[in-house]
Amino acid sequence: MSTAKETAAALTELGAYVMAALPNDVVSHELRAGELSIRVQRASIVKVLTFLRDDSNCQFTQLSDLCGVDYPDQDERFEIVYHLLSMRQNQRVRIKLTTDEDTPVPSASGVHLCAGWLEREVWDMYGVFFSDHPDLRRILTDYGFDGHPLRKDFPLTGYVEVRYDEGQKRVIYEPVKLTQDFRNFDFLSPWEGIQRVLPGDEKASAPPPAKPAGG
Amino acid sequence: MSATSDVEIENYSVNFGPQHPAAHGVLRLVLEMDGEVIDRVDPHIGLLHRGTEKLIEYKSYLQAVPYFDRLDYVSPMNQEQAFAIAVERLLGIEPPSRAKAIRVLFCELTRILNHIMNIASYAMDVGAMTPFLWTFEEREKLMEFYDAVCGARMHAAYVRPGGVSLDMPAGLAERIKAWAERFPKIIDDMEGLLTENRIFKQRTVDIGRVTADEAIAWGFTGPNIRASGLPWDLRKSQPYDGYEQYDFDIPIGKNGDCYDRYLVRVEEMRQSIKIILQAIDKMPTGPVRVNDRKIMSPPRGEMKSSMEALIHHFKLYTEGYKVPVGEVYAAVEAPKGEFGVYVLSDGTNRPYRCRIRAPGFIHMQGMDFMLRGHMLPDVPAVLGSIDIVFGEVDR
Repeated sequence: MSTAKETAAALTELGAYVMAALPNDVVSHELRAGELSIRVQRASIVKVLTFLRDDSNCQFTQLSDLCGVDYPDQDERFEIVYHLLSMRQNQRVRIKLTTDEDTPVPSASGVHLCAGWLEREVWDMYGVFFSDHPDLRRILTDYGFDGHPLRKDFPLTGYVEVRYDEGQKRVIYEPVKLTQDFRNFDFLSPWEGIQRVLPGDEKASAPPPAKPAGG
Repeated sequence: MSATSDVEIENYSVNFGPQHPAAHGVLRLVLEMDGEVIDRVDPHIGLLHRGTEKLIEYKSYLQAVPYFDRLDYVSPMNQEQAFAIAVERLLGIEPPSRAKAIRVLFCELTRILNHIMNIASYAMDVGAMTPFLWTFEEREKLMEFYDAVCGARMHAAYVRPGGVSLDMPAGLAERIKAWAERFPKIIDDMEGLLTENRIFKQRTVDIGRVTADEAIAWGFTGPNIRASGLPWDLRKSQPYDGYEQYDFDIPIGKNGDCYDRYLVRVEEMRQSIKIILQAIDKMPTGPVRVNDRKIMSPPRGEMKSSMEALIHHFKLYTEGYKVPVGEVYAAVEAPKGEFGVYVLSDGTNRPYRCRIRAPGFIHMQGMDFMLRGHMLPDVPAVLGSIDIVFGEVDR
């Protein structure tokens, strides 16, 4: 049984090792809260995953998870996050890359078979396109669904609702009607009590103003 | 052209579901058949998609807990535990040891709850009715334990970031112990009906074989990967909530077929009983919630006399607590496999992103390669043996 410290040291070493082995593909690596994140170039993802899978020091043979995250304020708004597991080394590693609405990400399904559905889900939820994917269809949303629901600019209530219409004897789609406005409370307002730093405190640490010359 | 030109036989497709008793929920399988042999399987999932991940982004961390009950609704507490561990790691807190022991106790009860549900309904899918009736009586008793500890039979919302919501009522440990000592007899009875049953074996042995390499590449976890011969269990390899203190074994299969997956689950139930008895015997005393009023609300009694406690309670149940910026992937060994929660916090009281890695989703994907070349009646057998619940597949 290894301690948390040993595990962290091993992961730091792994990060440096991957960075040294693939200097042109890995952008950065960091260890936070005992988890290693490696940021890679979008075009190199297949190469990195293959290396991590086949290298005898890594053996990240299983793709645990693949998901998207949306940051609408960034230039490349989507982040694709891969979680890999090495059963041999008993380690986990997180791979990240960024993309936008138009730029395809090389599919990982050639390296890890289970990436197929996970990428379909990211496509469905975020609209990130994966190149060389064998079967990139929507997976969780309704047949004929429009939009990508997990994007931050997609409303929680959606746009359409369905019901069975007794008159037409079929299921019909209608625009969402809310009986009450959607309530979204802003909890970032100033109910924080007294802040540690009082207004004006910053002057204490600021350098003294330069004396006017000749004064 | 001769009158006896060759008749072209085309493959035809069969719709399995969306409403089918053996589909364990709402699943539509489009099967491309060559005669009675399956050529290709295209599962259409998402009929139970409720947008859990999106909903959680709009809820405080505490409000997110009940959503985890509703994913895999036959093993609620294990999923709450995964979320609780993720949030605890972001907050940098450690639940008290009694809370951990209660979590282990109830997660193992949940494992049995899940496995008897799976085995019994699986047996019914392949033709055996009686195990279903026998084991569901036990499920009822297990749900009474759930009821006793949190007031709900299924959707518990019991395991929360920072501990568990309430301590166990007096006498519950003894009742669980009395039940756990009797339960192996029920497993024996059920095994007597199934394990050497000729029909059951005809339906399951050598059906849906998965090699160890395939299991890894397709992302299998839990009993499904162990049935293929890989001794991989997160409770042993990456212990959480004090699993390293318990003595139990990891059963593995040899052939990776439907029968082995059944056998692994049966043995896992016996091991769970071992853990339950140890957890009750070693149950530490003390608090079950972290003593941090900024994260867990004060006891009801204190609120009657302390203004500060009342304010804390109000703030926690309206605004919730803020979680420091960070990201964590926490995985637990849920009864169906690795259940992972990836929480991204932006420092506010709501998760920026909460990704749920459901084992069933990954296992469902394996249906295609497992069923190719099999016959149509093998579909329910394979589907039942990989233990699918659509709450978590569709999320």
